[in-house]
Amino acid sequence: MNAGLRTQVGQLARRSVLRTLRQPAQIVPALIFPLFLLAVNSGGLKEATNLPGFPTDSYLTFALAVPFMQGALFSVMNAGTDLARDIETGFLNRLALTPLRGTALLSGLLAGAVLLGLVQAVTYLAVGLIAGADLAAGFGGALVLIALSVTITVAFGTIGLFAALRTGSGEAVQSLFPVFFVFLFLSAMALPLNLLQTQWFHDIAAANPVTYLLEALRSLLIEGWDLGQLALGFGIALTVLAIGMYAASAALKTRLVRT
Amino acid sequence: MTASDEQRTGIEVEALVREFKKGPRAVDGIDLQVSPGEIYGFLGPNGAGKSTTVLMLTTLLPPTAGTARVAGHDIVSEGPQVRASIGAALQEAALDPLLTGREHMRLQTSLHGIAKGERERRGDELLERVGLSQAAERKVGGYSGGMKRRLDLALALAHRPRILFLDEPTTGLDIQSRTALWEEVARLAAEDGVTVFLTTQYLEEADTLANRVGIIDHGKIVAEGTPAALKSEIGRPTVEAMPREPGELERTRAVLSRFGEQAGAAPKGAAVRLEGGESQLAEVVRALDADGIAIERLQLHAPSLDDVFLNKTGRSLEGAEEAELESEDAEAEAVGSA
Repeated sequence: MNAGLRTQVGQLARRSVLRTLRQPAQIVPALIFPLFLLAVNSGGLKEATNLPGFPTDSYLTFALAVPFMQGALFSVMNAGTDLARDIETGFLNRLALTPLRGTALLSGLLAGAVLLGLVQAVTYLAVGLIAGADLAAGFGGALVLIALSVTITVAFGTIGLFAALRTGSGEAVQSLFPVFFVFLFLSAMALPLNLLQTQWFHDIAAANPVTYLLEALRSLLIEGWDLGQLALGFGIALTVLAIGMYAASAALKTRLVRT
Repeated sequence: MTASDEQRTGIEVEALVREFKKGPRAVDGIDLQVSPGEIYGFLGPNGAGKSTTVLMLTTLLPPTAGTARVAGHDIVSEGPQVRASIGAALQEAALDPLLTGREHMRLQTSLHGIAKGERERRGDELLERVGLSQAAERKVGGYSGGMKRRLDLALALAHRPRILFLDEPTTGLDIQSRTALWEEVARLAAEDGVTVFLTTQYLEEADTLANRVGIIDHGKIVAEGTPAALKSEIGRPTVEAMPREPGELERTRAVLSRFGEQAGAAPKGAAVRLEGGESQLAEVVRALDADGIAIERLQLHAPSLDDVFLNKTGRSLEGAEEAELESEDAEAEAVGSA
């Protein structure tokens, strides 16, 4: 990366981080809502640990992976809504009149998602551990868990950027939230894949990449170091990131019709 | 093209057209030339094609047909060179409400590749010039409309552009903010030699600020020239006199008729177009006095740019604005779908 591009990415990243820090309304719900659902689910579904084949005797530990995914969904909304606002207010046109490169814009915009992802991951993990969840992979596992969570958050953030660039509307980006939530519910969110008895639900969950992201996160909490699950989780997250960045770059070219 | 060549060139537009899918021909084959250091006022009602023209000239919207060179560079094939030579403050002050004025300057100077050591100095200099030094650390969300416009102007000047595009820069501002912005724009042209392409729907703004004015309506330029030449082209000034005694109206009319053809007047007054122009006013006063007619009120109506617009399009510019709102909406939708 040359100095000019580094400066562009750095300045836009700085702006993105400042924007995130100055909007508590973006940070607080992304922290509170997933933790609230964690408390409800781990309290209400703890009997599920009695099912034969359930991988742990602590439902809290099993459910702790879910907030990381829910937090990532917030990053779709936050990254996308910020960019959509830039389009609506004409700020993107201001940027387009500078020698700004598209890659710098997208990378810079995701810096806010990285920050939010980091804050979310550390908070969810800390609250979970304080509440009594296990972390089988130890301190090193905590770092990998946070790294995977941030990667997922950024990957989902690119989908928000793509939606913003395609539609140019904050409302359209926000309407994606329930769609993503359906994806989360149609996964191995509440029970492990092998215990999903309803065939159609099992088939959908098995085909849903969210299941494998959850299993990768869970493997560190429940089993310790399962390199296969981790590789699959990171692989899916990086694939979503690559596809999301490609789609967002293509959408940016269409949106920025500058000659 | 060398930097000195760029300084010798302004804006050259030939048969520029922009059509939108399912929309009107927003710009319909316009030709214009703006000389270096000139302030060119682009006047027209909402939806006339002013902003579409600016978007094309600033490379943000490709033209459907025609050519344009800005600072000597073709707007289609040399977009990056055009952007390096221009600054633009587009219709809405496009600012981030969560950033401070200084943070905006830092971002803008960095993205334009200004050396690290110079960024701060340039930012401070521009904030000082537009009177925002005191507010530099405040978030822009708390700025007034005038402050936002001034910051917008400062950002457009960050990289010392040779040509400045201002799209309705004073719309919605109070008279003090408007006057302050006019002074700064005039200073930029006079002292720094910046070429200014200014769109406006305010007659006074074009009249006060612009060296030359182009009037656009339905995507076509219907008149172009200096404000004085345009006004003199369409006719002579009118003098209107109202006698103190209503019974003297016929005699007043008779005296005035010596100076030109009759024109429309208030019910208790008489008016004529002065064949000899404004300089005849003194003669009119002397003639009325010589005939012993006591005058309650005497008014000289100089032709305005609105009269020019009326003459060229058959309707008043101010009246046209409301009628054109629908057209503007259609244009905005078309830009969105382009």
